[in-house]
Amino acid sequence: MRSVDRLNALLKQVPAVAVYVAGVLPAIWLFWQAITGTLSIEPIKSLEHETGELGLQLLIATLLVTPLRRFTGINLLRLRRALGLLAFFYIALHLLIWLLLDVQDPAMIWADVVKRPYITVGMLGFVLLVPLAITSNNRSIRVLGRRWHALHRLAYVAIPLGGLHFVMQAKGLQIEPLVYLGVIFGLLFVRLSALKRRRLA
Amino acid sequence: AGVGFAGGAAAASEMEPNSWEEITGYNNFYEFGTGKEDPARHAADMTVSPWSVRIDGLVDRPADYAFEDILSKMVVEERIYRLRCVEAWSMVVPWMGSELADLLELAGVQSNARFVAFETLLRPAEMRGVSSPVLEWPYVEGLRLDEAMHPLTIMATGIYGRDIPNQNGAPLRLVVPWKYGFKSIKSIVRITLSESEPPTSWNKANPREYGFYSNVNPEVDHPRWSQAQERRIGGGLFSPKIPTEMFNGYGAEVAGLYEGMDLRRNF
Repeated sequence: MRSVDRLNALLKQVPAVAVYVAGVLPAIWLFWQAITGTLSIEPIKSLEHETGELGLQLLIATLLVTPLRRFTGINLLRLRRALGLLAFFYIALHLLIWLLLDVQDPAMIWADVVKRPYITVGMLGFVLLVPLAITSNNRSIRVLGRRWHALHRLAYVAIPLGGLHFVMQAKGLQIEPLVYLGVIFGLLFVRLSALKRRRLA
Repeated sequence: AGVGFAGGAAAASEMEPNSWEEITGYNNFYEFGTGKEDPARHAADMTVSPWSVRIDGLVDRPADYAFEDILSKMVVEERIYRLRCVEAWSMVVPWMGSELADLLELAGVQSNARFVAFETLLRPAEMRGVSSPVLEWPYVEGLRLDEAMHPLTIMATGIYGRDIPNQNGAPLRLVVPWKYGFKSIKSIVRITLSESEPPTSWNKANPREYGFYSNVNPEVDHPRWSQAQERRIGGGLFSPKIPTEMFNGYGAEVAGLYEGMDLRRNF
């Protein structure tokens, strides 16, 4: 048996629920540290940043699943839904922390959403993820049929919006957010060129 | 020195200084990285002794002034000031320092000088952050001469009666309490008196977001966030927002400097 096949056989043993449990642990750990005062000097900003970055990393992970299989044979397809839903979980947390702990004032929240482009962009990305999270179940796939695939291409819009949101909030020219955005565009390019090839074939 | 430096009508609790850990553990000093904990982690790499400050331009006695000589000629006293960062957080810091005016008098300001330019140390071997182009190095800042000579404007050399830690701008830094924190330039190696307005780092990086004056002003938003409120560091997970005061609460002392100026245009 090839090592890739052996790895895939091993991955098959991993129940999706294990991914969910492992994926939620960082959130519990972050909040535990924030409540006990050991996270950082400014726990609100730290929670906001950590949950946003984890959400973006998980979104990137969902984009990696197909190219990973194509180029290495490693098959994570079965776990992609868990990665996507965990990404949504962290981004929803990120949004809630911003709303409830950071801005606090409802009037200011709306002003920020309409007046601050980086927040508009981030919010738009989140809104696009909502239908994807709602339809990430077997029943929706059955009911929606071909339209399910079309709907889930919204990820190709929502994820770069998330990357852009990260770049736009940075003060000065910072490398890290640009690396994220670059990786996202790279993966999108790989995905979209594969889709185009399939359509031509 | 005089009265009212603690900030006029501010409630006593509002002037309760932040802890040493907060003041020295949560910093913006991009020469050591853009994270708030980076300066505390990496600023120890900076050699601060020996240190000298070149004072030049429109002064009678341009020279390199050794830090010890400067310190021996200054009257150091405690000044408890609010610090309002442009990022909408704030602290209260018990600085030790002396008035900038005294230091400038040491060099003898000439009558045609109108502005003061400041420069931070640039030593790439000891500053891991400067390999990144996040700003143009060295960090530079500036004040109008009347702002620089104002008795509230100090050169800080200590915090809580101890030497100022490297991450807070050792061995000497500017503190201008009515302006956003980034105006209060750290680890100064050069002060130049000039006739024209000097360039400033954040203004060069993004002129739309950061003006030359950068007075704390709750009515003029940063393009990416409101400046109407701030969060006092140290309040934990459920820390409330508090209203930001015009000139950071030092309006009684400094508003006169800007009489007749449109502070929306000169932000």
